[in-house]
Amino acid sequence: MSDIKDNSAASSDMEPTLTKRSLLDTLEIDVRLLGMLAAFLAIVVIFTIWTGGVFIRPRNIFNITVQTVPVAIMACGMVFVIVMRHIDLSVGSLLATCSAVMAMMQAYWLPSLFGLEYGNPFILILTILIGLTVGTTMGAATGWLVGYQLIPSFIVTLGGLFIWRNVNWFATNGQSVSLRDPNLLMFGGTEGVLGATASYSVGIAASIAAVYVIFASRKNKLSHGFVVKPMWAEGALTAIIVGTIMLFVHWLSLYEIPKGKLRRMFEARGEVVPEGYTAVHGLPISVLILILVAVVMTVVASKTRFGRYIFATGGNPDSADLSGINTRWLTVKVFALMGFLCALAALIAQARLQSHGNDIGMLEELRVIAAAVIGGTALAGGVGTIYGAVLGALIMQSLQSGMAMVGVDTPFQNIVVGLVLITAVWVDIIYRKRMGITK
Amino acid sequence: MSNEGKTPLVEMRDISIAFGGIKAVDHVTVDLYPGEVVGLLGHNGAGKTTLIKCLSGAYHKDAGEIHVNGERAEINNPRDARDYNIETIYQTLALSDNLDAASNLFLGRELMRNGLVDDAKMEAETRKIMGRLNPNFKKFNDPVSALSGGQRQSVAIARAVYFDAKILIMDEPTAALGPHETQMVADLIQELKAQGIGIFLIDHDIHNVMQLCDRANVMKNGKLVGTVNVNEVTDDDILGMIILGKKPEHLAA
Ligand SMILES: Nc1ncnc2c1ncn2[C@@H]1O[C@H](COP(=O)(O)OP(=O)(O)O)[C@@H](O)[C@H]1O
Ligand SMILES: [Mg+2]
Repeated sequence: MSDIKDNSAASSDMEPTLTKRSLLDTLEIDVRLLGMLAAFLAIVVIFTIWTGGVFIRPRNIFNITVQTVPVAIMACGMVFVIVMRHIDLSVGSLLATCSAVMAMMQAYWLPSLFGLEYGNPFILILTILIGLTVGTTMGAATGWLVGYQLIPSFIVTLGGLFIWRNVNWFATNGQSVSLRDPNLLMFGGTEGVLGATASYSVGIAASIAAVYVIFASRKNKLSHGFVVKPMWAEGALTAIIVGTIMLFVHWLSLYEIPKGKLRRMFEARGEVVPEGYTAVHGLPISVLILILVAVVMTVVASKTRFGRYIFATGGNPDSADLSGINTRWLTVKVFALMGFLCALAALIAQARLQSHGNDIGMLEELRVIAAAVIGGTALAGGVGTIYGAVLGALIMQSLQSGMAMVGVDTPFQNIVVGLVLITAVWVDIIYRKRMGITK
Repeated sequence: MSNEGKTPLVEMRDISIAFGGIKAVDHVTVDLYPGEVVGLLGHNGAGKTTLIKCLSGAYHKDAGEIHVNGERAEINNPRDARDYNIETIYQTLALSDNLDAASNLFLGRELMRNGLVDDAKMEAETRKIMGRLNPNFKKFNDPVSALSGGQRQSVAIARAVYFDAKILIMDEPTAALGPHETQMVADLIQELKAQGIGIFLIDHDIHNVMQLCDRANVMKNGKLVGTVNVNEVTDDDILGMIILGKKPEHLAA
């Protein structure tokens, strides 16, 4: 018990001379997260001013979030891969192959094999299940070659990049395949939204969950006699989180569905739009999926054995081995998870484009890695966060959308993204040097 | 102390292991009884670490048998060794630098709550054992890369001691420690010995070995030079064995 007393004594000693660093420490605020949020806010503010307010409009925010989803989902998996000291260069091609398989399933294979009509829910379910299985299996194969055959992941996935890109080509004969099954379109964005009521319900449920998690963790810490954040700080943080969730939901719920589209939607059901009827988009299903993936992956990273072992192995593979962790099998699982997420991203990407094109996911591996790295994942392994990767993807997409809106040419957009990647890592290195953080 | 008539806690019989052409351990037989501290001595590269890694499950022996409590033991990986209550403090410490002390201490044996790792409980347990082993230890929430050599060493020691080891392997446990901390480890060894734990101690300091060990094995070039009762020999006898690679005349009988 004496150590607990010492600890509180130590922290009260420091209080009179609260430096910036120790204030951040007591509030347990991640400086890197703060930096990324600041960068993101700066981008939003700059482009909002530059575009005369168009950037911040619900419609544009809706589009940016929807466009971010596939890269952000894959970036979550890439965090684990990089933390394990590996890399996956094949994710863009893997996405393409999964997309090709799913597109062919819903358009030709399932309807002709089982005589199913387009729109039959079995097409939806089977297509998704098969797509996810294919992605997971391809990822597991990569993991086996890396983990058990000890071929460097750079080589295996560089090979995979060529292989899967062209397996994709063979699966579709190089043709584009449009999504014939109407149900599949719901993962795309505007075609799959929750509307106002459901969106607000999700927002409220998420807020309650956030409050519960924060205070359950506080209670658990207190029950062991640990120092916790001051109550005002905990309250303020909770308020910020709940406020952000609700503002986001509210903003997307301001985005109205255009009149012409409403008319078509009603006509499809053989009805006419009632006088004065309006409807809003609200949360897109694809964004909901991303949020779910990010939450689950965060829990996996910080609260499960699987996640703990990934980080332990990344920090020191020998120590993980000597602690009885089966690092080879762990490698297979991490790459299989990566493959699963590629398939999920494929489902969303093709639904957004409403078709499978040959070049779907092209160069996406580089964006995914960049998102993870901008989000603070260290290529040396052992360090990385899910929220960082998602924010990294969001920052890149906002930058690109913003630049496109103010008329910057695509080549120059890519130059900027490249510069941002380098700058993010550079700033991080300088910060760590100043703070004397070694790893 | 006589071990006659007792069952050894561990017997490593005729162990051999080679890496490429190098016979790192060459037909070595050693044993360990409950409540006994047995030293392993020899120059760098003599094969001490390799020998105990066969016991801890880190290496797979090419030949030989391991018996625990008189029964043949199959130790194919570190998990098997843990199942036999064999705990190891590695020369390299084997810590994951990016994790905090508690995560390292419980690595592979996390405390769970509702299916999730219970970090608060693990930290509380870590505070308890550290309060006993190294009361000055304060950095519970930093990654162990931020710790001094001595603090890292105490995390590695705590990890081995926490889980009720019956057989403890310590590979140069005081290499990174100052005189005060070295004395703390010596006291700990005495305490564990009194609890009936058997300890293999690899140490370069002959004084430590003479003080703490009941018996000492000397290795050279992968071979066992000999095993002596520490109270029957002098420092010089042991030094001679390490350097010359043979037992002194008066003991050879
Ligand atoms: N994993 C390994 N691969 C190749 N050679 C090894 C390995 N481990 C140990 N050796 C070799 O085995 C010999 C014994 O090493 P070691 O057991 O570490 O000696 P000690 O602990 O007595 O200093 C040395 O020649 C060393 O180079
Ligand atoms: Mg050694």
